[in-house]
Amino acid sequence: MMRMNIRRSTDATRHSGESRNLERQTPGPVARDPGFRRGDERELRGDERELRGDGRKCWSGEKKRWIDGNAFRHRVRAFLLACMALLAFALPARAVEVHEVKTPKGITVWFVEDHTVPIVAMNYAFYGGAAHDPADKLGLANFLSAMLDEGAGDMPSAAFQERMEELAMSMSHSAGKEWFAGSFRALKKHAAESFRLLALAVNAPRFDEQPIERMRRQLIAAIRSKSQDPDHLAWRAFRKMLFGDHPYARDAEGTEEGIKAVTRADLQGLHKRLFAREQLLVTVAGAISEKEMVRFVDEVFGALPEKSGMAPIPAPEMPAKGRQQVITRPMPQTIVLMGHEGLLRSDPDFIPAYVVNHILGGGGFGSRLTEVVREKNGLAYSVYSAMFSYRNAGVFFAQASTRNEQAVRALELMVREIKRMKEKGVTAKELEEAKKYLIGSWPLRFDSTTKIASILLGFRQQGLGVDYLAKRNDLMRAVTLEQANRAAKRLLKPEALQIVLYGSPKLPASATKPAGATAGAAAAPQEEKVKEPALAR
Amino acid sequence: MRAFPAGSGGKPSASPTSALTLLLFALAFILAFMAPALALDVKLHHFRLDNGLEVVVIEDHRAPVVTHMVWYRVGAADEPAGKTGLAHFLEHLMFKGTKKIAPGEFSKIIKRHGGEDNAFTSRDYTAYYQRIAKEHLGMVMAMEADRMQNLQLSERDVKTELEVIKEERRERTENDPRALFGERLVAAHFVAHPYRRPVVGWMADVQRLTLADVMAFYRRHYTPANAILVVVGDVTAEEVKKLAKEHYGRLKNTVEVKPRWRTPEPPPLTARRLKMHDARVRLPVFQRLYVAPSYRTAKGNEAHALDVFAEALGGGTTSVLYRRLIVEEKLAAYVGAWYSGDDRDHGTFGIYAAPAPGVEPEKLEARIDAVLREVLVNGIDEKRLKRTKTALVSSAIYALDSQFMLARIFGSALATDNTIESVLQWDERIEKVTAKDILSAARAVIKPANSTTGWLLPAPAPKTAAQGARK
Repeated sequence: MMRMNIRRSTDATRHSGESRNLERQTPGPVARDPGFRRGDERELRGDERELRGDGRKCWSGEKKRWIDGNAFRHRVRAFLLACMALLAFALPARAVEVHEVKTPKGITVWFVEDHTVPIVAMNYAFYGGAAHDPADKLGLANFLSAMLDEGAGDMPSAAFQERMEELAMSMSHSAGKEWFAGSFRALKKHAAESFRLLALAVNAPRFDEQPIERMRRQLIAAIRSKSQDPDHLAWRAFRKMLFGDHPYARDAEGTEEGIKAVTRADLQGLHKRLFAREQLLVTVAGAISEKEMVRFVDEVFGALPEKSGMAPIPAPEMPAKGRQQVITRPMPQTIVLMGHEGLLRSDPDFIPAYVVNHILGGGGFGSRLTEVVREKNGLAYSVYSAMFSYRNAGVFFAQASTRNEQAVRALELMVREIKRMKEKGVTAKELEEAKKYLIGSWPLRFDSTTKIASILLGFRQQGLGVDYLAKRNDLMRAVTLEQANRAAKRLLKPEALQIVLYGSPKLPASATKPAGATAGAAAAPQEEKVKEPALAR
Repeated sequence: MRAFPAGSGGKPSASPTSALTLLLFALAFILAFMAPALALDVKLHHFRLDNGLEVVVIEDHRAPVVTHMVWYRVGAADEPAGKTGLAHFLEHLMFKGTKKIAPGEFSKIIKRHGGEDNAFTSRDYTAYYQRIAKEHLGMVMAMEADRMQNLQLSERDVKTELEVIKEERRERTENDPRALFGERLVAAHFVAHPYRRPVVGWMADVQRLTLADVMAFYRRHYTPANAILVVVGDVTAEEVKKLAKEHYGRLKNTVEVKPRWRTPEPPPLTARRLKMHDARVRLPVFQRLYVAPSYRTAKGNEAHALDVFAEALGGGTTSVLYRRLIVEEKLAAYVGAWYSGDDRDHGTFGIYAAPAPGVEPEKLEARIDAVLREVLVNGIDEKRLKRTKTALVSSAIYALDSQFMLARIFGSALATDNTIESVLQWDERIEKVTAKDILSAARAVIKPANSTTGWLLPAPAPKTAAQGARK
């Protein structure tokens, strides 16, 4: 009881991914703790859904740690801070305030001071990730993320990790598509020493030969262990359909060949290019004063070079014409995955579109997809839709897993709901209820120190200003029926759906007839049957 | 990955309870702990209503929200023979409505009030929760109290939801060779105890579950005296007491709660061994389970010693197994050990590993056993012991950061018939574990006859692993 293994005790839950209605959604590489425990797999399935939300996989040594992510809130209260600061935003009922603080070294930090629990949490991200990996070294950024706690300064790997354990601190790094993220947790009583250890890892990683080879073996094992994972493979095929050869199509963890090709010099080179102050985002929450925080942040990041060597990823060209791919695998279920180009986070219609998606399939029970596919027809345990965006591409998708005999029916129902939403829009009642939930549930996302730090980082990665916290609920409240329905028309493109059926779906007798075509008048997706796709290794 | 320890240490002491409270709750059993924790004072209040409903309140004033949970002392291990999956099926159906709440409306009402809800089922318990703005606490209590006794189901609800459950089983178990393997491993591991059942149930049983089964199970187990209410959040114990009394206090017990009986494991005589092939597997996986005491059944600090032992042996990159088999001998891609003492009747000690590319599974297993033998002779050295205990004790501080986790820790302790005190004293007792305690606890558990060993290997796969695919 005491050492609650959270993942175990929820052996079966009613629905997965309850709070996946995040404003930023990135399909995280579906990483797994390589050594599963009883029930882990099930639980992780649930987590993935939520965590796909911000896609920040945190990898620490042989362990993978996940950080949950979400969002923040309201009411403006301008502050002038002693050294350099800008604004602070507070929750109405709370004394919790988010300050935007600039350190003497010029690093901007979003900061929340809260002494309830004696811990300090910091999240940070450098622009640059798997999408920047050289084509012959796919997995380089992932490799680097595994090396930062493997020895730094004059401490070799073992000494470094023993010291972390003595301090009861943690640091974990992860390479997403275009962000390299870090998560740091320390006890208040060991804050100074813990930050010092992190500074060492960030500024002077050793890249010793032994740990490099050890991590190489582990990274390859991790890639192999999920190389037959249905969800992972369905997503890989789906990204390929959406992005073609564009780097956004890549698996963030890289390929076995890529990992094999990475050298010590590659890791050192990437570390140099990537770790720069220019495109660094930092958020801190917890039991620490602003004065101390500023000093520690500068100790960790202040000595890094100003200029980053990471260029923005160009926008991909996404298909306007629908296609369908059937990947046949002996499985009791078929994964039905579909989607198309979505909106960028910076799009003025993003918030109305977000509300529309919530009604369509983002809101769990009560959302149209769940009601039709699960509640009325019992076709799936999980069915949902979501939006996420990279810096230069937005994606809308919907997913379900259903028994093979009913896969086509589930697909048709989903496509029909997407079409109906585009054509008829939402009702005033639906809009009202969605807004009530989205506004009312906002504070739930900020009930812990570690959540706050990671949520704030997510906002920064999305390019939002600290004033968003104050405006967010007003933006939601202001969405009109007209705006929502216009956003639905813009967001949804049934004729452009890229559809993957992964499993052993029972297809209609006339195999030439695309499964999605029966649902309505809009142009039907073209079928592209792939028996043994080259995509799956 | 690190498990989440619970609680704050320190000695529980009775908190001053006002005369008014005593008056109001004259018949309620009031126990309040103000734990001078290592890290944080958990303001925990623990009492019982007249009808036997146990209540735990923890104050956390960081955000204007509450986590409200109701736990029932009934899980998969309490299902009648031939009805596996019933506890979990009922959990799903609890959202279908009552006289007052229309089918499917429960979660929608919660959502309209800006809340989130869900539920989960384990071997030992079933729990329902809402996270919501604090002003709606009374409303969610009214709804939860209502469905504790007034569930109303139609044949149609049951039929549709049965399909959902079957999809859940396919999605989470049958689609995934490692989950299937885990299920079979556990089924082989427990010879007689119902922990051998998967919580989601065996497909053949699940398909036959009926409305009558569900209602009989519901009536037998869902009653105030068999339930625990946990509220954590921006509330005071007084407010919660008042609301709990108003909403739950008037419920009457309709059945007598009988002590739980599950066939215990017979004395271990035979090591179990499994080998499963699956075409979807590329990396072989090793799993070893040992039957162990649980926190509830352990004598002295056996369970605490096993927690420390698991962490020192295989808890992370500084652990014995990691250092030996990954760093030094380069035989494993990953390796680790764990102990779970959270279940009511039996704990489990486990070891998992995967061979490094090119390493034969047999070789890795032989080396794991060799390292184990060595550790069982030499024990854990003092320096490592100290480091490990620091890590474990500190993880209790991190656990305090999550309202949901706190609610879950105390709820599951009570739902597995353990005590609040045992949670609150956890870190203190971890601190006291000695190298000698570890040796005697570990030697009692790490024995071949106590164990089940499994290998999940790549093809040849004679059939696809998923039997449930066929109707």
